Amino acid sequence: MTAAVEAHDVVVIGGGPAGLAAALGARRAGAEDVLILEREPELGGILRQCIHDGFGLFLYKESITGPEYAERLIDDARRESVRARTGAMVLDLTTDRLLRVNAADGYRLIRAGAVVLAMGCRERTREMIEIPGTRPAGILTAGSAQHMVNLQNLRIGRDAVILGSGDIGLIMARRLTFEGVRVRGVFELMPWTNGLERNVRQCLGDFGIPLELSSTVVEIRGRDRVSGVVVARVDEALRPIAGTEREVACDTLLLSVGLIPENELSKRAGVELSPLTGGALVDETLMTSVPGIFSCGNVLHIHDIADWASFEGLEAGRRAAEFVVRGAAAAEGRRVRIAPGENVRYVLPQSARAGMEGLELNLRVTVPGRDRWVTVRGAASGASYFRKKFPRLVPSEMLKIRIKRAFGEDVEVRCHG
Amino acid sequence: MRPMPPAPAVSEPFPSAFDVAVIGGGVVGCAVLRELSRYRLRLLLLERESDLAEGISKGNSGVIHAGFNVPPGTLKARTNVEGLSRTYRLARELGVPHRRTGKLVVALADEDRPRLEELKAQGDRNGAPGLEIVDEIAIRALAPRVRGRWALSSPHSGIISPYEFTVALAECALQNGARVLLETPLTAAGILPEGYLLDTPRGRFSARWVVNCAGLYSDEVAALAGIDDYRIHAYRGEYLITDKEAAAVLDIPVYPVPPRDDSFLGVHLTPTLEGHLLLGPSSAYVEDKRDTDTTRPVMDQLKAEAFLLVPELRGLPFIHAYAGLRPKLTDPQGRVKLADFILEESRLRPRWVNLVGIESPGLTAAPALAARVVDIIGAREDLTLRPDFWSDRPSVPRFALLDDDERARRVAADGAWGEMICRCEHVTRAEVMAAVRNPFGSRSLDAIKRRTRCGMGRCQGGFCGPRLADILQAEGVPPEKIAKRGRGSEMFFGWMKP
Repeated sequence: MTAAVEAHDVVVIGGGPAGLAAALGARRAGAEDVLILEREPELGGILRQCIHDGFGLFLYKESITGPEYAERLIDDARRESVRARTGAMVLDLTTDRLLRVNAADGYRLIRAGAVVLAMGCRERTREMIEIPGTRPAGILTAGSAQHMVNLQNLRIGRDAVILGSGDIGLIMARRLTFEGVRVRGVFELMPWTNGLERNVRQCLGDFGIPLELSSTVVEIRGRDRVSGVVVARVDEALRPIAGTEREVACDTLLLSVGLIPENELSKRAGVELSPLTGGALVDETLMTSVPGIFSCGNVLHIHDIADWASFEGLEAGRRAAEFVVRGAAAAEGRRVRIAPGENVRYVLPQSARAGMEGLELNLRVTVPGRDRWVTVRGAASGASYFRKKFPRLVPSEMLKIRIKRAFGEDVEVRCHG
Repeated sequence: MRPMPPAPAVSEPFPSAFDVAVIGGGVVGCAVLRELSRYRLRLLLLERESDLAEGISKGNSGVIHAGFNVPPGTLKARTNVEGLSRTYRLARELGVPHRRTGKLVVALADEDRPRLEELKAQGDRNGAPGLEIVDEIAIRALAPRVRGRWALSSPHSGIISPYEFTVALAECALQNGARVLLETPLTAAGILPEGYLLDTPRGRFSARWVVNCAGLYSDEVAALAGIDDYRIHAYRGEYLITDKEAAAVLDIPVYPVPPRDDSFLGVHLTPTLEGHLLLGPSSAYVEDKRDTDTTRPVMDQLKAEAFLLVPELRGLPFIHAYAGLRPKLTDPQGRVKLADFILEESRLRPRWVNLVGIESPGLTAAPALAARVVDIIGAREDLTLRPDFWSDRPSVPRFALLDDDERARRVAADGAWGEMICRCEHVTRAEVMAAVRNPFGSRSLDAIKRRTRCGMGRCQGGFCGPRLADILQAEGVPPEKIAKRGRGSEMFFGWMKP
């Protein structure tokens, strides 16, 4: 039997906050045949398990829960006649936009006029951060735990320690407390938190859950089930300080130690990735190094707020539709590079058309600070294209700036006192 | 594909009298069981853990050794070289993924070349096939990223999944009528005029022969029968596993020149069939036979030693760390410095056969050791071949390895092939269901992992974990019984809300 072959104008991989918006954006920009491929049985992505509120503040101008936010995007997509196939996992993507897709109703090859990558991210694991010790039951990433608790009603533990102060870990600290699970503490390697300030306040502070900065788990104990973790303080180089170890008894360890853009398919397609974001290198149209393949949402870079992923999706979808209608010519012309400088962890996009006006940049700072300048200067000329003072900048929150002036040279983005 | 023979009806009582009882469901025990299942014998295998291959057999490099690391004239040498061809044949017969990769033992400097020549001479004497000393240029041709001045090249070495091999051997034996009981430790052994009385938490069994393949516990099992001849010391080896991106760096096992004391083979790099690289093992005696902890200093040491051999490993992400235990007859005090495999019928207890100290190259040697067990029994009584012996087993193909047309065909026939349960290793529901319904009744997450690779990928179960919890519940396992591996390792405390 030969595998069936289909063709679609725009294929969006992933039906979460970015992918749904990308499909919408593509339809609104005139693409006829827009298909979302979603590996879960339902659309919505990670939103489905985020039953807390705080979503939609920017896209819908009100605070709603994750499932409600997803529902609105899905309703919008239906109205725009976006097609979606759920329970369909893309296993392969080639440079010339051939997808291999497996689903219960058939294994297919799909040819796409343009592809939008919106696969989201996965969580860093205990193994990636190399915590030594035993390998018992009771070690979960915060997002998996959230899935098990919120969607599967599973009691994952009784006494939990949370390593890392990422947003999902903070949300889960509160969630578990609501359900009668004792949260012994949240331990964060860095001297600052990795989650949104509002989450630190509302999820830990309001419930008296201790947060210890500059500390980490150095060993896991318990042969069959976690019986405790050894925590230690770390020095400025983030190395554990001998003599500061203490055991915290618990039966569960949740990890909220970072998210990784899930770019396995992108790599297969030959998309060039940034070591700084873990996502694709993109231009101002969110197109990757492979013509016709666009990227948005957490697969491009880790967002702090779902709304931004959706805005990015709308734009990527629009550009993908333009690519299908007008072809690659739109992206031609001289390019300039946008590079991160002092105290800027990354900046996106990494390149843009020379001389364009009103370019929007997304960036994250490396260390937190107050009353900091963000500047954009020409790498060769030193000319200033952007300069603004911000009262407070933290690594956990993405900063968006718009460069009104046109520039025709490579630039560097800096954050300084 | 042939279906498994129907399970015995529930009403049929589990037999209590056997001809041979094998103690231990590691690769040695399962190879013995499979070899004995050629004959008209009533066979029983007792395993104390919740699955097969839960001990030594799951925590090693998975290398099929050619036979140059072992001293000539030893049982290790004879069974290794004999086991080499037997293992490849069995792996083919049983449909166990494996690859004849070849292997390099690399000397970084000219002064280490004599040691390679010693190894080659030793291998030649043992009968290890095709060994050659090769130079830098040949190393580059075989493994472009490996640094080395000289290497011993062993073209017939290979890699295999040790736990899949173990399970396959037992599945084959099962088809031929053997019985396997998991979570069934031997607690006492009584002596009968014509055999042994074996007490377990699942009841009392009699067996005319006992074959002790209890690995780390083989000394303790022998002692249950009053045989106090052995003392096993656990010798821990820690490993790190890289992401599959490593496939581009190395696809052939690479070893350093081993230490002269024969204690272990040195920290080496072993590719897996899926493209990961294993770094390890370290070596340290541990008190507790369950102590498979990983430790910070060793993780750092493994990386440092591996980077010496292949500098380009730097920067590759690691997806897992684990440790295995070797059953050593040598001791931490250095009183016993060299030890051969022990395979003998007890002088004190006739028809009680002990296999003790089966460390490396035990995985390769297992089929040859099994043949010797048959010889021992066959020398004492007539063994009759089963006319209906099935030498293979019903195996489920790996979706990830199928081509487009075969995938399309399978999904069209059964939608379970279209449902992806593991995103990293591309495992479908069809494969998971075959594993969950394995004939041994082992339904731990680790049992599913070893049979399907669910949870072995870069997300380490983040994606498949919740799905497997749903699947197990649908199969009638309540949340509080879903375990990582056996009792005590339950994942959940029931429902969150009643």
